[in-house]
Amino acid sequence: MYRSHVLVCGGTGCTSSGSPQIIERLNDEIVKQGLQDEVAVIQTGCHGLCALGPIMIVYPDASFYSMVKVEDIPEIVSEHLLKGRVVTRLLYDETVTSGGVKALIDTDFYKKQHRVALRNCGVINPEVIDEYIGTGGYEALGKVLTEMTPDDVIQILLDSGLRGRGGGGFPTGLKWKLAKQNDADQKYVCCNADEGDPGAFMDRSVLEGDPHVVLEAMAIAGYAIGANQGYIYVRAEYPIAVDRLKIAIEQAREYNLLGKDIFGTGFDFDIDLRLGAGAFVCGEETALMTSIEGKRGEPRPRPPFPAQKGLFGKPTILNNVETYANIPQIILNGAEWFASMGTEKSKGTKVFALGGKIHNTGLVEIPMGTTLREVIEEIGGGIPNGKKFKAAQTGGPSGGCIPAEHFDIPIDYDNLISIGSMMGSGGLIVMDEDDCMVDIAKFFLEFTVEESCGKCTPCRVGTRRMLEILTKITKGQATMEDLDKLEELCYYIKNNSLCGLGQTAPNPVLSTLRYFRDEYEAHIKEKRCPAGVCKSLLSYVIDRDKCRGCTLCARNCPAGAIIGSVKNPHIIDAEKCVKCGACMEKCKFGAIVKK
Amino acid sequence: MENVTLKINGMEVSAPKGSTILEAARLAHIEIPTLCFLKEINEIGACRICVVEVKGARSLVASCVYPVAEGMEVWTNTPKVLDSRKKTLQLLLSNHDRKCLSCVRSGNCELQQLAKELGVEDESYYDGDKTPSCIDDSAAHMLRDNSKCILCRRCVAVCENVQGIGVIGANERGFHTNIGSAFEMGLGETSCVSCGQCIAVCPTGALTEKSCIDDVLAAIHDPSKHVIVQTAPAVRAGLGEEFGYPIGTDVEGKMAAALRRIGFDKVFDTDFSADLTIMEEAHEFIHRVQNNGVLPLITSCSPGWVKYCEHYFPDMTENLSSCKSPQQMFGAIAKSYYAEKAGIDPKDIVSVSVMPCTAKKFEIGRADEDGAGYPDVDYSMTTRELARMIKKVGLKFRELPEEKFDEPLGLATGAGVIFGATGGVMEAALRTAVETLTGEELADVDFVDVRGTEGIKEATYKVAGMDVKVAVASGLGNARKLLNMVKNGEADYHFIEIMGCPGGCVNGGGQPQQPGHVRNTEDIRALRAKVLYDLDKSNPIRKSHENPAIKELYATYLGEPGSKKAHHLLHTTYVKRSVN
Repeated sequence: MYRSHVLVCGGTGCTSSGSPQIIERLNDEIVKQGLQDEVAVIQTGCHGLCALGPIMIVYPDASFYSMVKVEDIPEIVSEHLLKGRVVTRLLYDETVTSGGVKALIDTDFYKKQHRVALRNCGVINPEVIDEYIGTGGYEALGKVLTEMTPDDVIQILLDSGLRGRGGGGFPTGLKWKLAKQNDADQKYVCCNADEGDPGAFMDRSVLEGDPHVVLEAMAIAGYAIGANQGYIYVRAEYPIAVDRLKIAIEQAREYNLLGKDIFGTGFDFDIDLRLGAGAFVCGEETALMTSIEGKRGEPRPRPPFPAQKGLFGKPTILNNVETYANIPQIILNGAEWFASMGTEKSKGTKVFALGGKIHNTGLVEIPMGTTLREVIEEIGGGIPNGKKFKAAQTGGPSGGCIPAEHFDIPIDYDNLISIGSMMGSGGLIVMDEDDCMVDIAKFFLEFTVEESCGKCTPCRVGTRRMLEILTKITKGQATMEDLDKLEELCYYIKNNSLCGLGQTAPNPVLSTLRYFRDEYEAHIKEKRCPAGVCKSLLSYVIDRDKCRGCTLCARNCPAGAIIGSVKNPHIIDAEKCVKCGACMEKCKFGAIVKK
Repeated sequence: MENVTLKINGMEVSAPKGSTILEAARLAHIEIPTLCFLKEINEIGACRICVVEVKGARSLVASCVYPVAEGMEVWTNTPKVLDSRKKTLQLLLSNHDRKCLSCVRSGNCELQQLAKELGVEDESYYDGDKTPSCIDDSAAHMLRDNSKCILCRRCVAVCENVQGIGVIGANERGFHTNIGSAFEMGLGETSCVSCGQCIAVCPTGALTEKSCIDDVLAAIHDPSKHVIVQTAPAVRAGLGEEFGYPIGTDVEGKMAAALRRIGFDKVFDTDFSADLTIMEEAHEFIHRVQNNGVLPLITSCSPGWVKYCEHYFPDMTENLSSCKSPQQMFGAIAKSYYAEKAGIDPKDIVSVSVMPCTAKKFEIGRADEDGAGYPDVDYSMTTRELARMIKKVGLKFRELPEEKFDEPLGLATGAGVIFGATGGVMEAALRTAVETLTGEELADVDFVDVRGTEGIKEATYKVAGMDVKVAVASGLGNARKLLNMVKNGEADYHFIEIMGCPGGCVNGGGQPQQPGHVRNTEDIRALRAKVLYDLDKSNPIRKSHENPAIKELYATYLGEPGSKKAHHLLHTTYVKRSVN
């Protein structure tokens, strides 16, 4: 027994901000102080507050240290772990109040969250199966195999109202039911861990922080539909997740929670990993299966649907990581428990990756129906630098922008679609007044154009033509006819593309056109970028009255575009200016303005 | 067959369960345009030309792959559908070189035809950047110009799914997607067998044979040259399609007349050397059977097949007949026997062939194909090139008289002409081998078991007290299946005929291109093959060994089949190649 446990985040965010070095130093210092039999250091999955990484929590008192540096470690060990004195200076400042230290759960970031899928992330050591079992892991599988029929399992999922967390929101129970109905000598259970939306890392966090939950849920799925082989298709760019999955599969096999005759019930189920090479389209279900088959990852027409003819032509179900992460809890706590969370048609919780112009960049899990305002202002801590909220982007490259007028809309599948966006896999990017919506649309479209597989004409050529028009707009070279052509292409591509990637690719453009058409028109008619982002439409000018002729700007200009003599007002040569903004940044007198 | 009832454009249609909307619409006399779709070969729903509206569907659906269902409601002609198809086409055109005036496919291009049918009034509407591309001319037989490619992937599908080769596929992705070989290799560096099936299915001018029309015309107009031409059996069964005749029209007589008017000094027939091939090959077969030689003996007429064997079954090249193909035998005899007989120095003879084949262009450059000390064949043209040449020199093909081939290398039997259809070589060989082995005249020369367009055919014949087991495969995917059976000891044939192209030479890679919608609804192979079997039937001589010109050739020049001289002129060697 240890008297204290130190949990250090080993998620990708904290790993890249130095948590492995912190663990190393912690262990050294603990040995130095002779505490190795009293204090245990545990590497966990993500806690969510990635902006504050590396993160470290000391139990039993749950002191939450944020932005820990290796140099802080000796002090934490000698003060906190040895002498029991919390180093308040290094705590997450939200937890420090005048009256003492506040529990993490009471901070703004955590108090409105409800962790179901992320239940174990940041709590257990993901590389030790016993820790998962210690928190109730594999109990659901045991229950399913020993007390329930496959139809019972499917019924409980149907009753729970769980919908796919990968973006589409298809009812999970129904998907399983369809796959069960199709008789075949072989069926498959697949897990989509090919998370690809820019800035989204919900699935990565689950895989890194709680890999067994996915294995357990896949085994349950195998039992429900009559499959004994599973595949997890995971991006090779997620090395920590891949490692932890490998360890988890190995350990589950050792404990006979995967393999032959699980729990002595005669049920066989095993799982293999397949690494994706990073093509976004491989997150599309048919492309993912084509890729597992060893072919170029391209979608194929549906029908036949995977439940009829999926992987290797056999009935297959494919669910996303977060969907699976909910399932053991639903089995154990019941459908009513799950259905009690959320809105009428969207039950349970949803994990979002908060990013962009927001204080608390990171991962949050909220009950469906939470408003955008709650997520951004309360959980996310609002927008930095006193800037004004402009829009939130959800659904990644397939989604859309939600303007301030919908700030109080409860987030669920159907509400987001009704306002021109979508749930997607859970990326949520916040934009403020300094963001140009045309530029944002262009950013997402650039992504889709780059990631189009090239199979069908509308997506391959059509999205490229859209991007060309958007580029013209941001350069001030477009006409209003171009805008019509752009809009026309949007609807054409939505209606004609082969797969979801193409069918949703125009959404970022359509939603920005819907809410921010005036910005498009300003670029076209006035040759002006209202947010001051589109370089071609900007110029930097020196205010003669304010310039003191200090020459600092001229010395810092990389293009030699600033002319002037000492103590005399300077001028920017617009021909040479590359619009990098270095001069404006350096000017001590506020004499340089962007127009 | 169970039927379902659906509504198409408000009209009730009954269609077999499992059929596609495209097929159901055809039953209702509606032709939905297609581009990428090739039945059973390329069913990928990629081009989106065939989209239709289906009640309840989230987006338009590709009718070529969308199955019908009871009570389904489909619209094929709403403004939304028609506008979508037009936009798809305009997008394709925006990334297409649109140099129709100088394109060999002009007038026979599916893209051009669709632009006309769908009413594309502004082909440059979506113009923008173009996918970077260059021309791959590394292979002996063909060119790939991706600036004309519309990425329908028909070539990829036929190479992979029909021929089982798969040396081409999509490279890169998105707007940069291009069809080519792995690792940016030129086609000539790969184990492409030159069958040309990719060209045959290409809807545009992206894939074309390397043309030798101008070289041949130059030779014809060089007074110092004696230019002779041979035409393969299948050419006469396909050429007419280029001049508006229905598929399956025999144009042998007009073809001979056209060749003469183009200016060839002699118009000969490969059917003659097909008879010669039978003499040598039947002899070789009997010799192998009687002397415990390597069996099964496999035919070597099809250069696509021969190259395939060298790449993919290099341990079976011993099974290949050492006989040259009829094209090469013809050339060797032309530059030896004929040259001698006509008193012409073989160096002045230009030997031209017209073939339904692109692999023949590769074959003329092979080693050990120069029996008389000069290349057996100097130029090998496809049926399509001949059609272009006829048009180029201004001949009104349909008005030409029917003429005969020149003697002596134009005289052939019914056995020679059926070489152009799958099973034909086998049947011709059996006619001669059986009579040779038994010494008796055949009561019935029709070996119908080996006829037909099926991919693999088998038969056993009792000949002189022995069960002779034969098999016939056409299309290299079928060849692979058959050879694997032989390799695994699951079959013990004595004699196998393999043709590289499905259905044999009538469906060769050098034959006239038929658009996808025709290929999907008509059996081109059977229609063209019928021409050859009809010619066989109407020929008074139906056995190669009874061809008087062949008899004379052996009597006055070669001696016996398999003689030293015959070997020197008419047989060749093979190499073992790798797969890449």
